[in-house]
Amino acid sequence: MSLRNRELLNLVVVGTLTALGFASVYIARQSVVSTASLSYAAFFFALYLVAHLVARYAVPYADPYLLPMAALLTAIGLTEIYRIHPGDAFRQGVWIIIAVAVFAGTLIGLRRDYRRLESYKYIFGLTAIGLLVLPALPGLGTTVNGARLWIHVGSLQFQPGEIAKLCLIVFLAGYLREKREVLAQGRLKDFGPLLVIWGGAMLVLVETNDLGSALLYFGIFLAMLYVATGRLLYTAIGLSLFLGGSYFVYTRVAHVHDRVTIWLHPWTTQPVYCPLNGHMVLRQYCQSDQLVKSLYSVSNGGFGGTGFGKGTFETVVQTPHGERSVQLIPYVNTDFIYSALAQELGLIGISALLLVFMLFVARGMRIALLADDGFSKLAAAGLTFGFALQTFIIVGGILRIIPLTGITLPFVSYGGSSVVANFVLLAGLLLVSNRANAPRDA
Amino acid sequence: MNRQVTKLAVASLILLSALIVATTYWQTWASAGLAEKQDNAIQRVAQFRIKRGVIRAADGTLLATNVRRKAGGQTLYFRRYPTRGLFAQLVGYSTQVRSRAGLEESENAYLTSSNANLGTILNKTLDKIKGVTITGNDLILSVRPRIQRLAMSQLAGKCGAAVVMNPKTGKVYALASQPTYDPNLVENHFNLIKAPGAPCHPAAPLLNRATDGLFTPGSTFKVVTATAALNAHKFTPESTFYDPGYCVEYGKQVSNAASPDGPVESFGHPTLAEGLQHSINSVFCNVGKAIGAGLILDYMKKFGFYKDPPLETPANERTPSGLYHGGRLFFPPHPATQVDPGRLAFGQETLAVTPLQMAMVASTIAKRGVAMNPQVLDRVVDSGGKTIVRVHPKELRRVMSRQTADEITSMMVAAVNDGTGSAAAIPGISVAGKTGTAETGTSGINTTWFICFAPAENPKVAVAVTLENQTGFGGTTAAPIAKLLMQAVLSPRSNK
Repeated sequence: MSLRNRELLNLVVVGTLTALGFASVYIARQSVVSTASLSYAAFFFALYLVAHLVARYAVPYADPYLLPMAALLTAIGLTEIYRIHPGDAFRQGVWIIIAVAVFAGTLIGLRRDYRRLESYKYIFGLTAIGLLVLPALPGLGTTVNGARLWIHVGSLQFQPGEIAKLCLIVFLAGYLREKREVLAQGRLKDFGPLLVIWGGAMLVLVETNDLGSALLYFGIFLAMLYVATGRLLYTAIGLSLFLGGSYFVYTRVAHVHDRVTIWLHPWTTQPVYCPLNGHMVLRQYCQSDQLVKSLYSVSNGGFGGTGFGKGTFETVVQTPHGERSVQLIPYVNTDFIYSALAQELGLIGISALLLVFMLFVARGMRIALLADDGFSKLAAAGLTFGFALQTFIIVGGILRIIPLTGITLPFVSYGGSSVVANFVLLAGLLLVSNRANAPRDA
Repeated sequence: MNRQVTKLAVASLILLSALIVATTYWQTWASAGLAEKQDNAIQRVAQFRIKRGVIRAADGTLLATNVRRKAGGQTLYFRRYPTRGLFAQLVGYSTQVRSRAGLEESENAYLTSSNANLGTILNKTLDKIKGVTITGNDLILSVRPRIQRLAMSQLAGKCGAAVVMNPKTGKVYALASQPTYDPNLVENHFNLIKAPGAPCHPAAPLLNRATDGLFTPGSTFKVVTATAALNAHKFTPESTFYDPGYCVEYGKQVSNAASPDGPVESFGHPTLAEGLQHSINSVFCNVGKAIGAGLILDYMKKFGFYKDPPLETPANERTPSGLYHGGRLFFPPHPATQVDPGRLAFGQETLAVTPLQMAMVASTIAKRGVAMNPQVLDRVVDSGGKTIVRVHPKELRRVMSRQTADEITSMMVAAVNDGTGSAAAIPGISVAGKTGTAETGTSGINTTWFICFAPAENPKVAVAVTLENQTGFGGTTAAPIAKLLMQAVLSPRSNK
């Protein structure tokens, strides 16, 4: 069977699963959603068929599993978003159309040779820095949930960090390919760029108030540096610099300090000062409110989960103005979609979901192994590691492995910039894979 | 570079495996602990998707029922209590904000169908598969709203409690506690729950004074002392004492209580029976000194002291009766040196008892020496109307011989016919009763008591009434209420 036929077969399986997912949400929530929900599955399958046809045309030799896995993750995300808020699912559907269009454009535009991007590496580097600084600009950036990660242009919301991540990877792949021999020698002056990027990561940390984003960018950098030079010492030095810097910021920046306190002690038995309302309350009712609510959601899933559409996400309370619906999980569509999925799918389902993430990472790394030039290897490894690390940072934050950071779960979370960026990431991996697998006729 | 890529791949996969491990931790090991957390709204709201069983009184009156509310496509069932404050402390509440109390807490398993009854499990699983709302089992109680309403209205404006039970079966007819509160306010208007004008501080309307309130028993405790003295054959009802109006203990005079009619009396040479009839402290003081605190403590335990009084309400809403030291239950290992036997014998010392325990004392005498297990739950009915549990009367133990019980009964009858408890006399029916007026430390302010049962020859009702912060005596304040409660049970109208 040809690679593309295998991909098509996998997509048919994913399409069937999507239909089952939407059907179960429909059955569980007939009173809220209409039969139109079932058309989502059809729409979805058609959209991925388009993506598949583009792949057939542009990257016939690419890995046949990545696109179906991305489709599965997106489908699970969309199903859950639909279950939480049908209106958001419609917007997310529009974003997925845009993302598939960008995906198609990237594949078609770069199908001959994506390696020419290497010559624009500094432009990518500057773009990455520019995008990262954007949210810090007054009037443009907005503070959501204590961190400045978003920009607003009119009614459009955008998280530039997602795109910056991709630009950074392209820059690093180009730069490290060129300098890897020099860097491997370990002369002191070559550590300059390392320090600059460390400084950049710290700046991002201070400006965005966001430990997770800084960890993501710096982690990608260290990983790619290691792949390029093969010297674990650099990674160790970089990591200790990052930890040292983080500690310094932790002692100086109240928001970062709070994040760590919340992580270590989400529950208190004595009332503590609550900066949100100025009262003395238990921390679980104040700053760690989001973290503990999301953990309650995860734990309520138990082994088998409640089933799609049957989780407990909201309740009604009486107010002087009548009854009001209250969400029991904060940011359930975006940052905490994992908590919602964990409750409804249970340990079995959520472990399967994480296994899909792991398979995606395994295929991505395999592409890096098969690629035969330095730029491609570094790009594929960087993109894949970025995907893995982002997943780890958000889910690890929810599960209290690390302090919580509000970033999106790749392909699953609601959010335009995230979906588009991840489809570009997918396109990049497919391009590298196509080139590596293509028969050599020249 | 392939070596590095392989290592990076392994590192990435380890990071992601850590997520599976952590998820497993939160969804299995930590799950039960998180479910218990006070602020776990998800857990509580999930419970509100179950249509809880209703709670009914013996005559079918609805005490707890549900109202349906829609929230984001799910149907939630919230509790309503049609009888408001009438059964508030007994029935309790089930809310999102303040969890549960009373029978709503202790019988939660039946009410939510999570009890381990095979039929219930089967029904619930079928409901789950069919996607039908899980419906809980209904509770039918033995309480009678007519008696309860009378008790609550008699206690209204006071602080106190009343327990009315069937001494033969242990079935509780009324369990009243004032001040009370409206359980419908707990969910959204908890701050409105107050008891303005209640003559006690703190008013504590949520406290079930009948099972969880501790009061000095005063002379009602003489029934326990008399039981010990007679059943251990240390004295007979005819044993005589010398009463100068006081009793000498450790070189100090302990005087008799002032009588309702005037100052401290002296009775000359009364018998033990007359001692109980007229509630003469010096007689019991001498009995206590003669038989020792150890023997009295033994009989207290037989009556059920030093254990939570048995009832279906949550254990943390019941308190054991006994000696208390520094706010803690105290069982003296060396009673001979640690307890003043004279003061213990007439119900002072550091005694603190619950009204339910004293109702059990009256009930045990009435049942000719056998303590019955007080029960408020009559049966559990599943959603299909089938009775799945029927609560049968349960004997706790024999506390004393029939003869002792009969002797004490006639002493208590004398107390009502021609003694301190005359206000409880019912024409045509022989009533056995004992008054209590316990000093509180503030002069002129007493905790007053009356425990009784009737008819003495074939008891159908046993009652304990306690009132806090009274200026009167047990015989003038509590006995009239107890009389009304006994009459209400004995009148044919309530014999359902």
